[in-house]
Amino acid sequence: MAWVTEITAIREAQDRKAFAALFAYFAPRVKSFLMKSGASADVAEDVSQDVMATVWRKAHLFDPRKASVSTWIFTIARNRRIDILRKQRRPEPEELPWGPEAAPDQADALALQQESEQLRSAMAELPEKQKDLVLRAYFGELTHREISEATGLPLGTIKSRLRLALDRLRHQMK
Amino acid sequence: MTEIKHHLTDDLLMAYSAGALPEGFSLVVATHISLCDECRARMLAFDAVGGAVVDDLSPVALSEGSFAETLARIDAVGADAGAETAPEPTTARSGVFPTPLQAYVGGDLEAVRWRRVGGGVRQAVLRVDRSSRVRLLHIPAGTAVPDHGHRGTELTLVLQGAFRDEVDHFGTGDIEIATEELDHQPVADLGEDCICLAATDAPLRFHGLLPRIAQPFLGI
Ligand SMILES: [Zn+2]
Repeated sequence: MAWVTEITAIREAQDRKAFAALFAYFAPRVKSFLMKSGASADVAEDVSQDVMATVWRKAHLFDPRKASVSTWIFTIARNRRIDILRKQRRPEPEELPWGPEAAPDQADALALQQESEQLRSAMAELPEKQKDLVLRAYFGELTHREISEATGLPLGTIKSRLRLALDRLRHQMK
Repeated sequence: MTEIKHHLTDDLLMAYSAGALPEGFSLVVATHISLCDECRARMLAFDAVGGAVVDDLSPVALSEGSFAETLARIDAVGADAGAETAPEPTTARSGVFPTPLQAYVGGDLEAVRWRRVGGGVRQAVLRVDRSSRVRLLHIPAGTAVPDHGHRGTELTLVLQGAFRDEVDHFGTGDIEIATEELDHQPVADLGEDCICLAATDAPLRFHGLLPRIAQPFLGI
């Protein structure tokens, strides 16, 4: 469960050592993501610090059944990009009560973390041309029409896993 | 709720996840996901692709003192951290509109400021940036929306009731994705008024003289 321990330590003990480890791995990647998305080095530095500070403050919102830590940090960075670099609003779906207070199912969390790892390896195996399109899509270089050529990713298993977790969550809400 | 039959396409979900959709389309997508766990799971899977992209990036050098500056940011807001608790998940929704739509309307159905567009149909244009146009449509039971085509893509999400057009029957929660080629004339089912959220990334083209004259005034 890559980085889940660190997030838990930040949430439960304001552990700065855990944060330092997380920072060393993610901050340079978030900065890279922002630069590839068109930000200057200065802006990318500023926004990536902001993203990492948000990771610290919102650690309690991380739910391992819903996302890997990389995925969660990606969504924070993406939202900042839309917000600050594009100056656009991003409507978000209605929140579901994910989060530690809903007593996450450990098996669900573990399975999702493993699926995320497998997706990462599967992505590495994609034909070069398709992988390039996927990267450009996530850097915000493609319009939604151009993106159709980048779909057809191996998402079946991770989607089923997430669907299962959602069904369980719905069940708990009743 | 009735079973949702018509879902979002992969390219819309991926574009939403990548942050590449016009604001109006994002609103329709976020509203559909609020109603549909199937598409929510697919969206989360596309978010996971974004996570894999971040993992695979080669790190770039941070500026000197980057970590210390980040800690300073954390400490700076630490003082009023109590005030910045997470927004409470807004799951206790009552009413017709999911929360992302309510944010644009400024409330639920009763807060909509409808304007007549002819034939008993009413609409309310929602404010988004210039990249797209979004409106709510109120179609009385059994009534047809003026026959129209589009220059771009039109997304129509049913929020209440149902309609039928040349393509299929669309019930509550269903989304119709109409491309340039499609000329269609939605007709609301008998029995209940139909309320839809519709977004386009280009102005609509109406057939028939009257709507064409009215178009500049309707802002659609
Ligand atoms: Zn759906």
